[in-house]
Amino acid sequence: MLDARVRHHLGRFTLEAEFSLRTPWTVLFGPSGAGKSTLLRALAGLITPDAGRITLAGQTLFDSDAGVSVPPGKRSIGFVTQQAALFPHLTAHDNVAFGIRHLPQEERSRRIGEMLHVFGAEALADRKANRLSGGERQRVALARALAPHPRLLLLDEPLAALDDPSAEEILNRLLGLDLQVLYVSHDLAEIWRIPADVVLLEKGRVSEKGPLQQVLALRREHLLRQLGSSSPR
Amino acid sequence: MDLQALWLTLRLAATTALVLMAIAIPVAFWITTTRSRLRPLIEALTTLPLLLPPTVLGFYLLVLLGDRTFMGRAFAHWLGHPLAFSFSGLVIGSVIYSLPFAVQPLTTGFHSVDPALIEQARLLGAGRLRLLWEILIPLSVRSLVAAAVLCFAHTVGEFGVVLMIGGDIPGATRTLSIAIYDQVQDFSYAAANRTSLLLLAISLIALICLYTQQRHGERARA
Repeated sequence: MLDARVRHHLGRFTLEAEFSLRTPWTVLFGPSGAGKSTLLRALAGLITPDAGRITLAGQTLFDSDAGVSVPPGKRSIGFVTQQAALFPHLTAHDNVAFGIRHLPQEERSRRIGEMLHVFGAEALADRKANRLSGGERQRVALARALAPHPRLLLLDEPLAALDDPSAEEILNRLLGLDLQVLYVSHDLAEIWRIPADVVLLEKGRVSEKGPLQQVLALRREHLLRQLGSSSPR
Repeated sequence: MDLQALWLTLRLAATTALVLMAIAIPVAFWITTTRSRLRPLIEALTTLPLLLPPTVLGFYLLVLLGDRTFMGRAFAHWLGHPLAFSFSGLVIGSVIYSLPFAVQPLTTGFHSVDPALIEQARLLGAGRLRLLWEILIPLSVRSLVAAAVLCFAHTVGEFGVVLMIGGDIPGATRTLSIAIYDQVQDFSYAAANRTSLLLLAISLIALICLYTQQRHGERARA
């Protein structure tokens, strides 16, 4: 359960968002430049907001009034972006192992195998990250992010650069997991079938929130009319 | 051929390169990752030896390491002999003189690592030491080799600082470049020519090794 109130200035752009995550999946939806990535980076601790408060499962991660700011590695938050950002000099196996170095050897090996299996990447274990294709990299990046059992997974358009079948397969694998996920997208077709709440972010502010199919129904109809089709994927 | 001078020069260059790597890696890491207001000052201080005339640097070090200062006396007490006119003094002078040749390539190398990788390492719980050791250093090997080779080659050709701090003591502080100076003073041009060719060859070989390694690195990445 995440509660967030964030205010952050970036030049002339101001992000001022307040929302909570109550369902396992929440989609953060909005046009490019709405502040979605900035918001995710603030939640992950990669930027320090000017003001606000962020709590996750009762733990305060950030509180500007109290001067609290938990470092990214101690927030128990996984973060995967469109750019997989795998460590290129390490194998897929060692990339997944990176965040669970503290576990005993046996448990660590079991967890790495389990995570690679979840994303259908067992065969990639011994391959160097810089020898993997785009889809393979995203599978390993997701396995790496989930290996330390994060309490929240932040996904910033992780499937945007993949072809439709690969994206769908990976999304199905993610949907099959018991996770709390905040999923950023501006692709209505991609997110429509996800059973989730949506937080609509426009010009740095939360303009609407609620069940995804309810909040975005009008936008979908408008999109369908524009496409002249009745059955989007 | 002054073999003593050759051995001393190689020993000085190798020691300087090793000491500089130990100093420059943390300094470059700090410069790369800090948000401190002191950063421009530290960057300026580490670049300063590049602009200072070697004799000026040598003079200040001679005074600083001599028995007129507390530091000089403390070193002399600790080592059992004065730092000036000793091999240890030469190493200190060479380290300071070649500092920019180590810090600059390393800072450039660390800066060229994709910030997304650094963020992922932080998200996965890596502290500063692990970030340096497991991400930045392995991804900056070419810069590391460049820094070490440049420091070695730069020290091999050093003259002003070495002469000021070490003087010209055979077997203790007389390096190849000082041997050339002595040979010219004695009008032994043939000997000076041989020693100069040797210095030229050492520097050229070091640079060929550097560029060969860089080329292999490019191929491996392609």
